[in-house]
Amino acid sequence: MLNTETIAVAMSGGVDSSTVAAMLRADGHNVIGLTMQLWNQRRLAGREGMPESVQGRCCSLDDVYDARRVAQHLGIPYYVVNHEERFERDVIRPFVEEYVSGRTPIPCSLCNNHLKFDQLLIVAQQIGAERVATGHYARVAFDDARGRWLLKRPADSSKDQTYFLFGLTQEQLSRTIFPLGDMTKPEVRELARQHGLALAEKPDSQEICFVPGGDYKRFIDAYLAEQGEALPDTAGDLVTTNGDVIGEHGGIHNFTVGQRKGLGVATGSPLYVIQISGANKQVIVGGEEHLYSRTLRARRVNLIAMDDLREPMRVAVKIRHRHEPAAAMIERVGDDEILATFDEPQRAITPGQAAVFYDGDIVVGGGWIS
Amino acid sequence: MHRIYLDNNATTPVLPEVFETMRPYFGERFGNASSIHHHGQQTRAAVEDARESVAVLLGCRASEIVFTSGGTEADNLAIAGLVAAGDHVITSSIEHHAVLLACKHLEEIGCEVTVLPVDGRGLVDPGDVRRALRSNTKLISVMMANNETGVLQPVEEIGGIANEAGVYFHTDAVQAAGKVAIDVKRIGCQALSISGHKMHAPQGVGALYIRKGTRLQPLFYGGRHERSRRAGTENVPGIVGLGKAARLAKEALDRGNDEKMAAMRNRLQQGILAQVEEAGVNGDGAARVPNTTNIHFDHIDGEAMVIALDLKGMAVSTGAACSSGAIEPSHVLVAMGLRTDQARASIRFSLGKQTVAEDIDVAVALVPEVVARLRELSPMYRRPALSS
Repeated sequence: MLNTETIAVAMSGGVDSSTVAAMLRADGHNVIGLTMQLWNQRRLAGREGMPESVQGRCCSLDDVYDARRVAQHLGIPYYVVNHEERFERDVIRPFVEEYVSGRTPIPCSLCNNHLKFDQLLIVAQQIGAERVATGHYARVAFDDARGRWLLKRPADSSKDQTYFLFGLTQEQLSRTIFPLGDMTKPEVRELARQHGLALAEKPDSQEICFVPGGDYKRFIDAYLAEQGEALPDTAGDLVTTNGDVIGEHGGIHNFTVGQRKGLGVATGSPLYVIQISGANKQVIVGGEEHLYSRTLRARRVNLIAMDDLREPMRVAVKIRHRHEPAAAMIERVGDDEILATFDEPQRAITPGQAAVFYDGDIVVGGGWIS
Repeated sequence: MHRIYLDNNATTPVLPEVFETMRPYFGERFGNASSIHHHGQQTRAAVEDARESVAVLLGCRASEIVFTSGGTEADNLAIAGLVAAGDHVITSSIEHHAVLLACKHLEEIGCEVTVLPVDGRGLVDPGDVRRALRSNTKLISVMMANNETGVLQPVEEIGGIANEAGVYFHTDAVQAAGKVAIDVKRIGCQALSISGHKMHAPQGVGALYIRKGTRLQPLFYGGRHERSRRAGTENVPGIVGLGKAARLAKEALDRGNDEKMAAMRNRLQQGILAQVEEAGVNGDGAARVPNTTNIHFDHIDGEAMVIALDLKGMAVSTGAACSSGAIEPSHVLVAMGLRTDQARASIRFSLGKQTVAEDIDVAVALVPEVVARLRELSPMYRRPALSS
């Protein structure tokens, strides 16, 4: 085997990252398995209606057990590194604060930016691994013409995770390997079987790893109660797009743009959350037609395919994880702000989510919808 | 890869001569030590020989030794066995969790517990023990040697205070046994715990010294084994191993091997500190067991250091084995007043009987190199400006 190197694999205990470790090991690399312990799942158990027991979610004892068993099966060294403090500071707190301010955050991107491709890369380098491999479905490649590392969509578009990776810097991309970028999920499972991995049939994780059952409202209540902080009073008026107050709501963190159910008012025609106004605690509701908008502004921008956006560019913009990128023109409108103008109005553009810009398979960059 | 093992406070390898002594008890000498017949007599003799060897190591009578499954059971047996609801217990903030969590459980069943602080060297002040005494104080439990720093506590003074007050004194001597001389009469304790695998006997065996005439409530029921103090068929191979290890330890201490061990430890410590700035010994200035040194390397993450060293073939730890992977910094180092980041930047090196001079040479070369790499890549570290 030529070019063997020492590679740290971020192992979650799932089939994807386990298969990555098996592949790299089979290729003859020195593989080191690392699991990031990010959140103690038992910490909020039983508080404010949170489930008493949680199973099978990331950072659970079960997942660490699975990852460790895979490492033992492959005969590679394996370590759990604890980054709970940093995770709480850079992911949990912003997650809670975003919701309380009326936005809908994406913790996975924060985790990628601040933990997986930051802290983990540092630890990997400290222990002698120049690069980190993960089980993300994405591709990374150096482009000679541009002289830049590019992030690209994977072969299996149904598993595309580039939306969560738009924040990676050139330095981070240069030290990252995504071995599953050219594979489909069924191929990955088949390879896992071939490598004798007992967890080849383990189901995919779907939800936010630290919110068991997906009930983020209960999580926020439980977290704030644990911190001894009362949930700020974010109750206020339910207002129509015409400015008429038609009712009250129990707190803006209970709402997401585009939401239809749970508004607590009965009207003749269906009502949707159109906008959440953190400043005056208003939830603005209206007919579906008001959900559509032709523009968005993205801030805290990270560009990957170019160092700067000097002139307007035609791209496809993805505004949430399960969104088909829509044609748009992007242009720089401020120091750290990009305006995207869509060809067709888009439904439920949601502050707090990311807007990621694609040029074909290439991730141009992205930013946070403001 | 040639591996160097400097984590003997986590566990020690079973010495070859200990293993050889145990071997027949996995095979032809299989009898239940409680049986009447030949097979039982054979293993009963072996268990009692071992008991005598342990008694010699601790300076007590054989009948005062109760074999257990290890140090944790010995600690729990002493604490739960001597105390009842309504009693007051005094312990220290640097105890092993086997003691601290047993005391926490006591609180749940209606006991009062006072947890004493330590000074910057990691020492309990006997004056604090005296001041903590109450009319309902039943037990004082303060360890002999700390597992993370190796610091030796003033157990003889504490024993004197306990006896004067008519209070039981238990000491967790798991990290002292085999490393320094132990004499239960000089300590003046009613109970003392040891663990086999910290002194080159196997895992899964330990012992509690319990002074003759001390009423002890057993932890479990099921037979009159160990004079009704510990029910359950004896772990004969383990007990035989502990007996042999105790005998070897006593002989080595009599020969002055602890001084040789201390010399090796000091060479390791000084060799590292001579090459690394912003580092220091935790527990400096206190008497310590001869095999342990705990060093803080500021601006590094101890967890990353343990991994980096392991990948280069050297085994050390950030503290208690049970704390690995935990977010909380060492309760021992925090109790000594270290900042959280310094506690997290601390590494425990612990030598064993198998440690040789070459191991120290390698460690003295490797550790500064790894610290330098970690600091170079650490966002927390700003290199000091070069002096002209």
